[in-house]
Amino acid sequence: MRRSMKIATTAVALVGLFALAGCTTDPGVAPPESSAAPTDDGGENTWFDQALFDTQMAQRDVVPEGPEDEPYLQYIDAEMVDTSQYASTGAKKACFANASISNPWRQTGWITMNQQLKVLQEQGAISEMETRDAQDSDDTQIADIDYFISDGNCDVFIISPNSTAAMTPAVERACDTGKPVIVFDRGVETDCPVTFIHPIGGFAWGIDTAQFLIDNLEEGDKVVGLRILPGVDVLEQRWAAAEKMFDDAGIEAVDYFTGADPAEIKSIISDELAKGDVAGIWMDAGDGAVAAIEAFEDAGVDYPVMTGEDEMSFLRKWKETGLTGLAPVYSNFQWRTPLLAAQKIFAGEEIPKEWVLPQSPITAEEVDQYLEANDGMPDGHYAKFGGENLPGYPEVWQQRQIP
Amino acid sequence: MRFLKALVSPRGAVFLLLVILLVAVMVLNPNFAEPGQIMRYIQRVAPVAIVAIGQYFVIIAGEFDLSQGSLITAQVIVAGNLVGQDDSRTVPVLALMIVLGLFVGLVNGLLTTLLKVPSFIVTLGMMLALLGLVLWWTGGAATGNPTDSFRQIGRGGIRDLPVIDFLPWSVLILAVWLALGIWITKRPLGKLLIAIGDNARATRYSGARDWWVTTRAFMISSLSATVSAVLLVGYAGVHPSVGRGYEFVAITAVVLGGVVLGGGRGWIVAAVAGAFVLEALFLLLNIAGVPSSLRDAVQGVIIIAAVAYSGLVFRSRRRGGTQTPPSPGKEPDAPDGAEESSATPALAGEGAAHNNRS
Amino acid sequence: MKRLRVDSTVIVLGILLLVIAIGAILVATVGRSFFSPGNIRDILTGMSVLGLVAIGQTLVILGASLDLSVTYVISLASLIAATTMNGNAANIPWAVTLTLLVCALIGLVNGLIVTVLKVNGFIATLGVGLILQGVLNTNFQGSAGSVPWAFQLIGATGLGPVPVSTIIMIALAAVVWFLLDRTRTGAHLFAVGGDPEVARLSGVRTRPPLIAAHVLCSIFAGLAGLLLASRLGVGSPTVGQQGGYALLSIAAVVLGGTLLLGGRGSVWGTIGGVAIFAVVDNVMSVMQVNPFLKDVVRGVVIVAAVAVYSRRAIVRRRTRFGPGGTRTGGDAEAEAAAPAMVAASHALEAEADRVEGDAATQGGAR
Repeated sequence: MRRSMKIATTAVALVGLFALAGCTTDPGVAPPESSAAPTDDGGENTWFDQALFDTQMAQRDVVPEGPEDEPYLQYIDAEMVDTSQYASTGAKKACFANASISNPWRQTGWITMNQQLKVLQEQGAISEMETRDAQDSDDTQIADIDYFISDGNCDVFIISPNSTAAMTPAVERACDTGKPVIVFDRGVETDCPVTFIHPIGGFAWGIDTAQFLIDNLEEGDKVVGLRILPGVDVLEQRWAAAEKMFDDAGIEAVDYFTGADPAEIKSIISDELAKGDVAGIWMDAGDGAVAAIEAFEDAGVDYPVMTGEDEMSFLRKWKETGLTGLAPVYSNFQWRTPLLAAQKIFAGEEIPKEWVLPQSPITAEEVDQYLEANDGMPDGHYAKFGGENLPGYPEVWQQRQIP
Repeated sequence: MRFLKALVSPRGAVFLLLVILLVAVMVLNPNFAEPGQIMRYIQRVAPVAIVAIGQYFVIIAGEFDLSQGSLITAQVIVAGNLVGQDDSRTVPVLALMIVLGLFVGLVNGLLTTLLKVPSFIVTLGMMLALLGLVLWWTGGAATGNPTDSFRQIGRGGIRDLPVIDFLPWSVLILAVWLALGIWITKRPLGKLLIAIGDNARATRYSGARDWWVTTRAFMISSLSATVSAVLLVGYAGVHPSVGRGYEFVAITAVVLGGVVLGGGRGWIVAAVAGAFVLEALFLLLNIAGVPSSLRDAVQGVIIIAAVAYSGLVFRSRRRGGTQTPPSPGKEPDAPDGAEESSATPALAGEGAAHNNRS
Repeated sequence: MKRLRVDSTVIVLGILLLVIAIGAILVATVGRSFFSPGNIRDILTGMSVLGLVAIGQTLVILGASLDLSVTYVISLASLIAATTMNGNAANIPWAVTLTLLVCALIGLVNGLIVTVLKVNGFIATLGVGLILQGVLNTNFQGSAGSVPWAFQLIGATGLGPVPVSTIIMIALAAVVWFLLDRTRTGAHLFAVGGDPEVARLSGVRTRPPLIAAHVLCSIFAGLAGLLLASRLGVGSPTVGQQGGYALLSIAAVVLGGTLLLGGRGSVWGTIGGVAIFAVVDNVMSVMQVNPFLKDVVRGVVIVAAVAVYSRRAIVRRRTRFGPGGTRTGGDAEAEAAAPAMVAASHALEAEADRVEGDAATQGGAR
């Protein structure tokens, strides 16, 4: 009797669990700050920042200052800061605390940065750059920065933070040494560094992409958002902006987390296509774009309107299929700027306190020129890498040897 | 009635679960009842199921293979980089991938049996080393997708058939692989693997060359990963994330199918059914529109419940018979050898699948 | 016999010394000092978090189970701690208590699923880990909370180059060693891990030690989460996954000589395993090894280090028969004893005959 009771209870529990799985689709049951529900419009996204949204919206239209053909040296709305206190002669040693090179975007940037380093070494501005790679771990990067402070003998600290809040104390400790600190890519919650280099930002990406989709779709059309990971601020801001704009325009947007796994992306799109029509695809990064497009091919339906990224795989597939698309960028050439900024600091030149680099998407008219310039590059290469005038172009990027 | 009883039995529990999930999917979205959709579902499951078949052989021998995921990634990138756009290279590269797969399996097996390092550790080390080597060779990203002729294996199939309309090659390859797997279980090798999983010492005393038997299990596992990689090149394309975490999915699938961690018992078809259950679960979560953030929680609860249920039913049937089976792990072979440690492996894919974006 | 027993802990320490020696030489070739205060601090800091997790994992593995949920427990702990403290030093005691209570509860759930529902530790903690991941994803979207300066000191200060966190870790390792070596629960844990059936037949209650092991493992993961919160200054929902703590802690435990199927092992071996990882990582970072190659080296080191002592017999039983067997004296005495025994048995026979003869004559006389 006891045995069958146990079996019965477990069976009831299992049925109950399935029922629960069904119940969780009720938006009212979802916790208030969760905006991950597919058809959400009630909950407010905690990442949305109206002020920043407006600032970045405006910055998209500003013509950057700086050399015409060197976007990595251009800046937008800059407030200059005086660096004469750091001026000194002789080659300097740079210490670079890198978050990781765990995705193709960062790998491309890292190769570009090293070629830039060679140029500066020849000019005598930088003697060497010691690098510690934190492999995506906050804890490791904090230890890396502390090691540089104690044993690194650094003249300048270059930091690409793994995350914003967690790295702040370590960056402050670096500032306390009195040596110049340059932060790029993600920011930190202190303005003690000499300069913070970054493209316009995630909200601008969201605005550019959402606007493109809205312009090319109709109200009531469905857009599937493919997102890599939750909780990464540069990615969350992109979606926050896009989601708001989709809401305002009456576009139905559902988002999924894919982990950048192409198999997962294909499955998600196939399921969505089986449920109904999908008119547009929005991605917060270019990895796996090809798999998404192929899902449409496999299902035998028309191509969607799509935004990807300036990764070569997407650009090539875009050209090949002729779909209506846009390639937003997160300015890969920003990897050149930190070392150049270091050079300027030691020369005593003024540089922007917050160095906002231009961030302009690749449109259908521009695709051909970028494809031609990057012919022969691997699929994981990024078109706006900004290294065409560096030594080693194009072989170093084609062979993609990580230094 | 007997069929229903079999369905509720420990052997049949996974099939019951599969039926429930598929029915739920079809109820929530009648589109999925179309044969075309079912074929696509099987096409999607095929890589996972093939990997589960490989993992099955390793687990019934009482070992674990954590390197399957990394091997898939490595093979996928090898295919992408070496085939390129050159059709004539398809066959030679396929042969190379098979040789590479067998080699990795051989190394795993020999390190486990001859050096007596626990298989968990060997395959963990292999997972790290293999992925690191491949990423170092390619600079972290693949060159690109290989030619369509290579990718057709995973993407294409026979079209315009009556009733089902589209029969993917993946489905055929899965069927063939499963048939091969069932055939092996009936052969001496299959029986020896179960014997080793059950009681390694007795098997050795009875004259079997246990090191070669176990090594062959690892080679089957690596070969399965290779076949899965070929399918994934077609289905998903070439990317360093392809295949990450597949060993974890395979182990879960095998356990859901009623195979006992620690070896000695299990049916291969149930292991494959476990893979189908997992994919059906993901499909159901997609269709039901469960919020992304809750999916992992639902998945976790269901996995625990399903394994608890089949374990519960199994044990209640055995009570009154022999004593309960030993907790996972083969018996230590004193006095002449070190242990074949086969207890619970670790979670792969966590942390590593991080695409920390800028 | 006062010979030093060369068991696996000693071997691990030997490997550690070897790795340190090689590391010091390699580091010197790039012009750095391995033993500089900054470098020592880097190594010890790298050991602290993983060390705490590995200590807890040792307990669970000794019980022939496994805990894969530690990763998410760490993240959750850092978040609970940081959000409860909220920048206010007065909240610290309550925040720490609450965090450890939640972790203990998670450990209890793990233990119950493993012992009562009899689900394998791998699957049980995997499932619980997934549930925790769902909880994390739903409730937290990025870093949260704020750790007051007083608590950040724990992660930041040290006695010279030795961080406070490392001292705490060593102290806790000593406590756990005491628990395993000198208490009944520890002995029962070894018994249950070695062979639960034999333990049960010997009258040992098999559930409490294993549940206690899981609870302690989760508490240690919580402590690791607290330490990370202290270092980061905030709670983060991904800090556990960033470190790959589940995988590495299990590898460190096995490296330290504990058997994966339970029943035998030592906390100090685990600490040695963690130290080996930290030294190898540190040397590779100083030499600026390509991050992809770092993983290759880690994989090879793990397998090689375990291979060093895996071939040894794990149970050295005394031979039961033959030389050196149950006779403590050995063969010589047995040989010498033989004639004496023969003579003794003859004497006994003669005695028996005599008694019989007496009885016969007595009986006959009746």
